[in-house]
Amino acid sequence: MKDFLDTSDLTPQLVTDLLDRAERFLPLTTIADQLGAPLRGKHLVTLFSEASTRTRTSFELAAKRLGMKVVNIVVGMSSLAKGETLRDTILTLDAMMPDVVVVRHAVAGVPHFMARFSKAHFINAGDGEHEHPTQALLDAFTLRRHFGRLEGLEVAILGDICHSRVARSNVRLLAMMGAHVRLGGPRTLRAPGIEHFANGWSGTVQVSASLREALTNADAVMVLRIQQERLDGAFFPSLGEYFAHFGLTSERLAWAKPNALVLHPGPINREVEIASEVADGAQSVIQKQVTHGVAVRMALLEWLVHQEATPREPALRQTHGQSESGHQNAPGGGTRAATTPTYAVSVTERGQPAHGL
Amino acid sequence: MALMIRNGRVCDPSQNLDAVLDVLVVDGRIAALGAALEEPPETDIVDATGLVVAPGFIDVHVHLREPGFTAKETIATGTRAAVAGGFTAVCCMANTAPVNDSPLVTRYILDRARETAACRVYPIGAVTKGLQGEALADIGGMAAAGAVALSDDGHGIANANLLRRALEYARDFGLPVVDHCENRDLAAGGIINEGVVSTWLGVRGLTRAAEEVDVARDVVLADLTGAHIHIAHLSTAGSLELVRRAQAEGLSVTCEVTPHHLALDESAVLKLGAVAKMNPPLRTPADVDALLEGVADGTVTCIATDHAPHTTLEKDQVLSHAPFGVVGLECAVSVVLDHLYWRHGLSLMRVIELFSTGPARAFNLPGGTLQIGRPADMTILDIHREVVVDVSRWASKARNCPFDGWRLKGAPVMTLVGGVRMTTETVLQTVREHKAEPNPEMVATGPQTG
Repeated sequence: MKDFLDTSDLTPQLVTDLLDRAERFLPLTTIADQLGAPLRGKHLVTLFSEASTRTRTSFELAAKRLGMKVVNIVVGMSSLAKGETLRDTILTLDAMMPDVVVVRHAVAGVPHFMARFSKAHFINAGDGEHEHPTQALLDAFTLRRHFGRLEGLEVAILGDICHSRVARSNVRLLAMMGAHVRLGGPRTLRAPGIEHFANGWSGTVQVSASLREALTNADAVMVLRIQQERLDGAFFPSLGEYFAHFGLTSERLAWAKPNALVLHPGPINREVEIASEVADGAQSVIQKQVTHGVAVRMALLEWLVHQEATPREPALRQTHGQSESGHQNAPGGGTRAATTPTYAVSVTERGQPAHGL
Repeated sequence: MALMIRNGRVCDPSQNLDAVLDVLVVDGRIAALGAALEEPPETDIVDATGLVVAPGFIDVHVHLREPGFTAKETIATGTRAAVAGGFTAVCCMANTAPVNDSPLVTRYILDRARETAACRVYPIGAVTKGLQGEALADIGGMAAAGAVALSDDGHGIANANLLRRALEYARDFGLPVVDHCENRDLAAGGIINEGVVSTWLGVRGLTRAAEEVDVARDVVLADLTGAHIHIAHLSTAGSLELVRRAQAEGLSVTCEVTPHHLALDESAVLKLGAVAKMNPPLRTPADVDALLEGVADGTVTCIATDHAPHTTLEKDQVLSHAPFGVVGLECAVSVVLDHLYWRHGLSLMRVIELFSTGPARAFNLPGGTLQIGRPADMTILDIHREVVVDVSRWASKARNCPFDGWRLKGAPVMTLVGGVRMTTETVLQTVREHKAEPNPEMVATGPQTG
């Protein structure tokens, strides 16, 4: 695998392997000495076009703990306004031969598009409302450390599913690993068709009728950030009303299993999607998630760079969301449960395109 | 100069004719139609044994991009693509630069067509000035200059009162209003159909309601005004049902569907990315089934390509950044023959009607018939020929076609415009002749090549 872009590119075996590898990097404080900088001499570039503290810093610390040199580029949206295309940006960057490029962009598919034009390993650090695969990996790591397994876990994900890349990546990864996901929150923030993400996997995805239904008997609760910058429309009347009806309070948390784990990708909006008493409470693992993020990203970087033994794939990727390795789990793409709409006339049915005739 | 097309299966929905006959063309017009016709001296003979001879195909929804966007397409390249694809006439949309919202631009397009086009070109004028949706364009002036219809295609008309007045005013000039039905508020910046695929890809969905709300409004306004409204590129089951009901009530509502909405569903975006991005977007399999039904039961008036050329660089972008639109002139007939005739059992007569008689009637265009005395615009098909779509060989400048690489059964093999076989040589010759001697009769109808 040249790039790490989508959870849908992964397999349960690969996820298990990466999580096992991440265990070796804990605790963070002692690991650097033991490892002896396995990625010394390699260069990592972070290319972020959206505000981020934790993800960018997490990648930088992970890279430095592995001995990499790090360059941070902040791409204002202005670079597009200036007329430089994404293609030109990446061709320029690629000419400087970085080993790994970590990209965050406000538009879905940008890391995938850039990766096509570069020999570097690309890691998706969040593209629009599409994917945030390392977040899903670190959340899975946090859950697995606590419960010792992912299979069979009941996980509630609450809030703005519709605009959340964290939700999409987590739903895909958890369903792949055999967990049962329930989605809760206001109807305006649901994502149409997301229940089909589990098709072909042993896990399930269920859109709950109410917050209570989503939470009842949950082993863990993931609370999503209300992304005020993305909510340009009338999705709910006010933040206060959101909290009153959909915020995770200790009273509502009590609907879940006793000692259910509370996760949040951060940054948190206190008294919007989550009450302070819950965020700071005994069941919260929000800080642990951040620590685990570094370990998981160390494991990923080391694995991605060190699989050099196998030759890199040529840049073939045409479109994001398209699974090229691993399980063909895209809707309409591969194995489907009976509930999926039948794409009887889809192009995938036709013969192999005969190019160059 | 005469031309005899021998022994073809002549299918003409306008005369309810389906028989193996000869067609004699004299001076660019159909002179005789019958079995074992005698040929006049010095007659060219085309042996059409085993082939289907149909009235010239008309595409009422094409973006020729000239003036203004000639890197994407020109009148010359777009009409060459048209004749290569079996079309003898195209209607070109108004979203050029400058916008075709005045007789000046309409005349310019017709002048350029006379100089460079390979088939007949019928301009469609804008409904509103600059496609801004604020004030009526020079409708009467454009009608006099040769516009055959009005459309703000590319945009919905948000102001229902303005659309009402446009319908009333256009009625005085006998022009249909072609509406791109898309409610801007409901569309909400959507990129592809709202549903499992848009959720999977994390891009904004375009709900079917954005189209259907406008179709419903248009039906009400057609009732109110008595005017003819034509729904462009209809794409959902709900829209189709609204049109079906309007037609049952006797309202003057017609509609077109595109080959891509008939042959592809939203899942194509997963495989093809921006090459399968167009507006309206590819919908669900249930919508595709409904459109196929509408094509069979007569609700759908015509098939139109919405040929929307873009450069390869423009299209090869992230899904959200790439422009809407696909090209289809050069494969539409094959896609429809393969998909509708061979796979779904639609009658050949109906296929031909959707491409010829249907659009001619809906837009009051000459053509769409093989009646004696009419210009000899003909499309000759080999319904058994297997072809592979290869965009690299196309006459169009654009390559943004979702059917590239498809193996299809059925293809146009000859296109005659005014009795002239449109090959590379005749196209060049036609253009030279018309540069030398423009024919005043052609102002409204584009180049007459007879």
